[in-house]
Amino acid sequence: MIKHLRSAADLDAATATLILDTAAEMAALSGREVKKLPALRGRTVVNLFYEDSTRTRISFEAAAKRLSADVINFSAKGSSVSKGESLKDTALTLQAMGADAVVIRHSASGAPHRLANWVDGSVVNAGDGTHEHPTQALLDAYTMRSRLGRLDGLKVAIVGDVLHSRVARSNVLLLTTLGADVTLVGPPTLIPLDVAAALSKSTKVSYDLDSVLPDSDVVMMLRVQTERMQDSYFPSAREYSRRYGLDMPRMRKLPEHAVVMHPGPMNRGMEIAPEVADSPRSTIVEQVANGVSVRMAVLYLLLGGK
Amino acid sequence: MAYLLKGVSILGAAPTDLYINDGVISAPVPDAEVIDAAGLVALPGLVDVHTHLREPGREDAETVETGSRAAALGGYTAVCAMANTSPVADTAGVVEQVWRLGREAGLVDVQPIGAVTVGLAGKQMAELGAMASSAADVRIFSDDGFCVADPKLMRRALEYVKAFDGVIAQHAEEPRLTEGAQMHEGEVSTRLGLTGWPAVAEEAIIARDVLLAEHVGSRLHVCHVSTAGSVEVLRQAKARGVRVTAEVTPHHLLLTDERAEGYDPVFKVNPPLRTRSDVEALRQALLDGVIDVVATDHAPHAVQDKECEWSYARPGMLGLETALPIVLSVFGPKWDLIADRMSIAPARIAGLDGHGGDLTKAGTPANLTLVDPSVQRVVDPAELASISRNTPYAGMTLPGRIVATFLRGEATVLDGKAVK
Amino acid sequence: MAQPRADAPSKIILAGSDLHRVVDRIAHQILEKTSGATGTVLLGIPTRGVPLAHRLAARIHAFEGVDVPVGSLDITLYRDDLRLQATRALGRTELPAGGIDGLRVILVDDVLFSGRSVRAALDALKDLGRPSSVQLAVLVDRGHRQLPIRADYVGKNIPTALSESVKVALTEIDGADEVKLIGGLT
Ligand SMILES: [Zn+2]
Repeated sequence: MIKHLRSAADLDAATATLILDTAAEMAALSGREVKKLPALRGRTVVNLFYEDSTRTRISFEAAAKRLSADVINFSAKGSSVSKGESLKDTALTLQAMGADAVVIRHSASGAPHRLANWVDGSVVNAGDGTHEHPTQALLDAYTMRSRLGRLDGLKVAIVGDVLHSRVARSNVLLLTTLGADVTLVGPPTLIPLDVAAALSKSTKVSYDLDSVLPDSDVVMMLRVQTERMQDSYFPSAREYSRRYGLDMPRMRKLPEHAVVMHPGPMNRGMEIAPEVADSPRSTIVEQVANGVSVRMAVLYLLLGGK
Repeated sequence: MAYLLKGVSILGAAPTDLYINDGVISAPVPDAEVIDAAGLVALPGLVDVHTHLREPGREDAETVETGSRAAALGGYTAVCAMANTSPVADTAGVVEQVWRLGREAGLVDVQPIGAVTVGLAGKQMAELGAMASSAADVRIFSDDGFCVADPKLMRRALEYVKAFDGVIAQHAEEPRLTEGAQMHEGEVSTRLGLTGWPAVAEEAIIARDVLLAEHVGSRLHVCHVSTAGSVEVLRQAKARGVRVTAEVTPHHLLLTDERAEGYDPVFKVNPPLRTRSDVEALRQALLDGVIDVVATDHAPHAVQDKECEWSYARPGMLGLETALPIVLSVFGPKWDLIADRMSIAPARIAGLDGHGGDLTKAGTPANLTLVDPSVQRVVDPAELASISRNTPYAGMTLPGRIVATFLRGEATVLDGKAVK
Repeated sequence: MAQPRADAPSKIILAGSDLHRVVDRIAHQILEKTSGATGTVLLGIPTRGVPLAHRLAARIHAFEGVDVPVGSLDITLYRDDLRLQATRALGRTELPAGGIDGLRVILVDDVLFSGRSVRAALDALKDLGRPSSVQLAVLVDRGHRQLPIRADYVGKNIPTALSESVKVALTEIDGADEVKLIGGLT
């Protein structure tokens, strides 16, 4: 098993599949009355959150607690972190506390890589800047697999602000590792340069959502921040939503079995219409539940052995 | 003090005896101290047109004295100190302070560069004339660290310095195209999720500036050229006769953007490390003379400014003590080329008359350095004379050891060690 | 614990029909001791306890026509030696539809050795419900208990040295039915 989960690129197909299979077992166990499992008793998991993300933090916290790990939440607010303590000094403190794993959320890309130089424990990337969010990709893959039964050969469209999306980067890496065909869709301003060469050779790019939908098994809508239009990535929210938003007429272009995903938080009316978000094709609610199972699997596989 | 450099090879020529007396290359004199220079190559003392000495303001990263020592150990006899100190070297007072500190250290000639605009803010021209007529005798002006982005201001500055044969050294970076930029924009930046610094942001400014320089008939110097596209712009401008000179750093001649993969900010620099094809184009441009000089852009940074997240780290790398070994490793023992690009041409650009002279002629100021090209050395950051440790070459094996350096006939380095 | 080398000498203890007879005997014992296996659930411990539990259920059905519910109980997350080895993949835990509350649970495993797996199974069981009683059926008891645990149904007692190991192969998993003693002096 790997030591850290800093990038979805840390996972080969066998390891990624093991995580998804383990998550399935964890999900089966979570239906019972006593949810706690003793596997990580005596282990300490630190949630080191430099960005507010209650959803992700709670998901990791629940996962660690269900495995009986001791959880320490170290958030930027009300700690030395906000007083300008460096990441390195914080790392040395966590090291002294005996952290077996540090789950880090940070606005700077690569912060988990830096942290891994300074702590002995495992580092789990819970979202770093505009780089990656590998556990989100794992839960997305898990959700696709449980809805559609497979990942190999699945046609996945990832739509929106790919340039600034850590979710998109991790998903491209993980899904292509697992044999899915990924097409990135968005205005050219929001698709990064050389994206196929950078992430995975098989990645395709399209600027035309309507032509991609009929041949997609999964369409994943990324959050688009309206601030982006101040920076001329697109002229207006209205134009964005007309060209790249998923509304009901567009959803009807999808094949019968296709599902709609969103990593959240959603901009209803911008990238996704409320009726689409709430439709039975939407996996948005199960994505949240699956998050805990996937994170349990990751923590168990990183910390459960020697 | 007189020296006899016995059996020295001047620029790779056959071994000869070289006498130094009274600060100049001299005819044989009795009682000279003999230095066994068999196997050593004598080069005119290296001249760096782009050094950050950090004093005043960031003496925790470097001082004029420690930077001078690093320079001497790297074979330099003159360095041009960039203006982005704190306070900024935008007045006669500050440039004279730096110049005086250099004299006191006495290890290399420290030639201050003056800021183009007040506080490097790019708004109002600094008192360039006052700096030119100060004791520091400033001839190069630069807002380095920032680009003089305003085209009207750049035009005026280019024109204004003609009165005292000055030159504007431009840090070519269109600021709107590099907002938040962290590394070269391309495949690697996409993978790492770091905001890209596109090549065109440099090329567009160089293109604009050579046209401005051509229009007003002024001299322009382009700092740290980093892209193949910039090379093409310069090649065309030079072919038209534009009075433009350009520099390239050792790191842009050697390293590529793939170094960013581990997010170690020791590889963060501005302009950023580029691609393999850029590196190839820069090497060729230096050979062709499209790029005139190698300049270190020696940029010391305190530990806390590098031991942090990539995007919080300050850009810059140490360069003085490794420049010659890097150039040797890239080009091999092309001594005439090395002497021209690292000493003669930079001395000419900076107007440093005593440097870059002909070592075969008696009477030439004895600014020279002795190199042992047969030695391979592993770069150990702990051994560097700089206060800072941000060398990107840690652990690399590089050719060449600087054995001795002489500044106006006085040894500043002997047996590979600084004399003071 | 020390594993015998791959090329260590080995000896077949049970093969094919012998193993089937042993399973039959356990099935008979269960019927006898539980007065017809009513109110009973078989929980196999992965990996090889699971097919064994299914075989026992099938034999009980064949002998008496009784349908005994079968499930599986993975103990990985309850093991006390997790940190001594590389991370283990999880097995499946699947309780029969009727659950286990108030029922007699018979845990089924292939080899009984230190007893630690059984303790982990008891811990896992406790988090799943409240059976009226818990029994243990094993194909092989090789001795060397480290805990006060004994089996209610034993297919075969095989005295072993600590340096030896017992390897159970089942057709469902391994393609053949066989119990082998590996290592030690023959
Ligand atoms: Zn610069």
